[in-house]
Amino acid sequence: MIDMANRIADYFQAYPEERAREGVLEHIRKFWPPNMRSQLAVYQGTGGDGLHPLVAWSAAQLREMEASPGK
Amino acid sequence: MASVYPDTEMPPDWKPVDFGTPPGRSANRVTLEIDGRSVTVPEGASVMRAAIEAGMEIPKLCASDSLEPFGSCRLCLVEIEGRKGYPASCTTPVEEGMKVRTQSDKLGTLRRGVVELYLSDHPGVSVTPDGHGDDELLKLANKLGVTGVRYGRGGANHQDAAVDDSNPYFHFDPGRCIVCSRCIRACNEVQGTFALTVDGRGFDSVISAGTAEDDFLRSECVSCGACVQACPTEALLEKDVAQKGMPDRAVVTTCGYCGVGCSFQVEMKSDRVVRMIPYKYGKANHGHACIKGRFAWGYTNHPDRITSPMIREKITDPWRRVSWDEAYDYAAARIRAIRERHGRNALGCITSSRCTDEETYLVQKLARAVLGTNNVDTCARVCHSPTGYGMSNTLGTSAGTQDFDSVERCDVILVIGANPTDAHPVFASQMKRRLRAGARLIVADPRAIDLVHSPHVHADYHLQLRPGCNVALINALAHTVVEEGLEDRDFIHERCDLEEYAAWREFILQPENSPEAVSGASGVPAGDIRAAARLYATGGNGAIYYGLGVTEHSQGSTMVMGMANLAMATGNFGREGVGLNPMRGQNNVQGSCDMGSFPHEFPGYRHIAIDSVREIYEKEWGVQLDKEPGMRIPNMIDAAACGTFKALYVQGEDILQSDPNSKHIAAGLAAMECVIVQDLFLNETAAYAHVFLPGSTFLEKDGTFINAERRINRVRKVVQAPAGKADWEITQELAQRLGYPMRYRHPSEIMDEIARTTPTFAGVSFEKIDELGSIQWPCNEAQPEGTPVMHVGEFVRGKGRFMLTPYVATEERANRRFPLLLTTGRILTQYNVGAQTRRTRNRLWHDEDVLEIHPSDAETRGIADGSQVAVASRMGEIALRARVSERMMPGVVYTTFHFPETTTNLVTTELTDWATDCPEYKVTAVEVRPASTISEWQRGYLDAREARQKIAGENSGESAAKT
Repeated sequence: MIDMANRIADYFQAYPEERAREGVLEHIRKFWPPNMRSQLAVYQGTGGDGLHPLVAWSAAQLREMEASPGK
Repeated sequence: MASVYPDTEMPPDWKPVDFGTPPGRSANRVTLEIDGRSVTVPEGASVMRAAIEAGMEIPKLCASDSLEPFGSCRLCLVEIEGRKGYPASCTTPVEEGMKVRTQSDKLGTLRRGVVELYLSDHPGVSVTPDGHGDDELLKLANKLGVTGVRYGRGGANHQDAAVDDSNPYFHFDPGRCIVCSRCIRACNEVQGTFALTVDGRGFDSVISAGTAEDDFLRSECVSCGACVQACPTEALLEKDVAQKGMPDRAVVTTCGYCGVGCSFQVEMKSDRVVRMIPYKYGKANHGHACIKGRFAWGYTNHPDRITSPMIREKITDPWRRVSWDEAYDYAAARIRAIRERHGRNALGCITSSRCTDEETYLVQKLARAVLGTNNVDTCARVCHSPTGYGMSNTLGTSAGTQDFDSVERCDVILVIGANPTDAHPVFASQMKRRLRAGARLIVADPRAIDLVHSPHVHADYHLQLRPGCNVALINALAHTVVEEGLEDRDFIHERCDLEEYAAWREFILQPENSPEAVSGASGVPAGDIRAAARLYATGGNGAIYYGLGVTEHSQGSTMVMGMANLAMATGNFGREGVGLNPMRGQNNVQGSCDMGSFPHEFPGYRHIAIDSVREIYEKEWGVQLDKEPGMRIPNMIDAAACGTFKALYVQGEDILQSDPNSKHIAAGLAAMECVIVQDLFLNETAAYAHVFLPGSTFLEKDGTFINAERRINRVRKVVQAPAGKADWEITQELAQRLGYPMRYRHPSEIMDEIARTTPTFAGVSFEKIDELGSIQWPCNEAQPEGTPVMHVGEFVRGKGRFMLTPYVATEERANRRFPLLLTTGRILTQYNVGAQTRRTRNRLWHDEDVLEIHPSDAETRGIADGSQVAVASRMGEIALRARVSERMMPGVVYTTFHFPETTTNLVTTELTDWATDCPEYKVTAVEVRPASTISEWQRGYLDAREARQKIAGENSGESAAKT
């Protein structure tokens, strides 16, 4: 899963930082089922070892969204 | 006096008229008089064409409207006022004011004389038990009143010549041959293989498949059957027709093999299929076919067909044949129990690219509306899912931009990672015809595929790149275009998003994207890359045709975007002769994608999170729908292995054989509590199933397929499925058992629902398809008769979007332990997992998967042609036979996955496309060494498989016919 997420980041990092972050986040939200998104969020919450910075940022966003689902 | 060649059978009226020569193509019209009638036709048409178009009959044997006129049989002689002699009407062009007579006493005498001479070296009766059978000479003899052969048959003749019956599907009897060359011309002009010739001169002339030693089977012949169809005298005849007799009716339908989607006349005698003839008015194939579509339909009545539903408690139990009711109740009870214990997301479905649109639509509806989950996926996951992602992001929709006929206006053809002569043979013939007429060709492929060098077709550039370097190559091509100022600036300014273009331009001009920089890693000389880029950008209409060599990579989606960028930069969208064209693998992979088979989108490529779209389906289906994406096939397998995914309904798909990392797939399947397989045969996946529901072939149901050019073609039922049900009926009845009211009376009602809910299909109905023959979507108010070419005037997404395409080398690399790269694919005579073609006489060409290896790699490893070798990767080891071949580049080996015994996917990598999880089948690091036996895993697999295919009280298991 970490590899899969990092390879998404490998693609988007060609873009400027803000767009790259949004790109990774949007991709994961659009294509990953909720259980995988949760796993990624949890993993990031426990340190997120080995996650590409763009993935770590996206996973943090996912965690926030889970915490306040109305957002 | 009754003719000795009695007319017991009139030509059936379902046979399309053969006008003898191709139509005139000029806009100028010419008016002439034929037999006293005024006839107007386009300039360039022959007198024969003009006469037959006007409804007159002209006798002919060597002429056919699919071939250029030849003028050898001398039967079509006519009289033309003011001209000497009796010119052949097939080779005489019409002229203004010409006065032609097609019938006179003299012409009758001449024609009877010719027929009599032909008959003096011909058996005089049909091979079939039905009158004239397929023999036009006998029909003509009857029509012209030839009552005998005055010369006798005692003179020199060819009546004792040996019959060549080496081909399993047809024979060649030189004793019936009139050497009219129709077969040769069909092979050259229609198929483009140039396998046949005339040997000898004068009386000794015989049709030959090549050299003195060649017969049809061992020659260059690809068994497309065009020659058989062209032959006027039963010298070349289908063996089935010789045995079963002439068909007496025909139904037009669509082939169930590749994504070309050829139209066929299924020719029947009472309720049996006698032969398949490609339909002359089929818009995808124009009367041509390949060995699979024309001949390889024997699997439909193979003894391995499962004819009743079966269930079992555990996968180690033998199968038990049961009634449909019992099978449905059993399946429904298991699904309900799992849903209660584990929730709806423990359930999922896989739709089939071999089934119809209507059937695929129903399976995704069953998942979303009945099971309550978006866990639905399809085999496009492992083939063209990157096409969907890449084209949606750049152009706005996921489909080939052109129709096949567009290739006829193409000036430069760029073929990337596709092997059309093997995988899409009928379109390859059309492409080769255009190449022979002068279009230029660039091939990017690690292998020297047939297109690189074949008779009268030679690639201008073969960019023989190392597997895994596609993106580097496409970037270098685009870099050249931009750096050398070869862009189509007007197109870019008018049609594309300029902000995105500016960012892309800056990116692509970076030095790491230059041909010189990528030459080392890709193995392609920089000069070739630059030259190919110049040719594509400046050679006129440029079209890209690509296949799984593009998509089945860790950067498959990036590559699709890279090709779209290149085509946009050079203005190659929005008209005939250009575009970006995915060669779809399976008959209905386009349709299965269109029908909402992916876990994140509804039919018509609309994301499930869009409220307005979800509301359409909530209203239509009467249920609340989940707005979160479901699991893809690999996610389902992973979740099953972790114990959270429990039940899978698989329609017409064999994931255990076709998907990578077989061990993992097997473990995932084994961990599930309810696997329902709906298929024709006990496939590999069925070894892990608890319920088997016997499905139907394309001959046994009504519906539609959508081919690679978005063409919606009708599939028509001609025979009853052995188990009695079409696949859509099975899905519907299963849904009913699960408590959902699904009550379609005919697939046309399913299409009506699709049209009601999907804007791109809004104007589609069975009635309209029947009326127009076929329809290319989008079909709606703006395009009521469909859309041959997309993105005309404007891209579907509005402005074309250039996307950045950074090259990221795959993690799968050759190293000291695994120094070779394995790529996998398919060959002409076999199809996908082989479930169909292995059960036909196509096995005569290809009876096992073989490993192609370059001579230098073979030599250093002590591997001889034909010897057994072991192929090992990080994932596992298999054994198969080697074929030493210079088609390979050193360092790259190739095999197919048609035979389950090979378990090719045991060794393929688990790496996937970053965006879509499409497996990287095209790059696996391996080592190859001589071996004496099959691998341990293969042995274990085969033993378990045999045990798991047992049916209680029967000796079963796969008994694939050897011949």
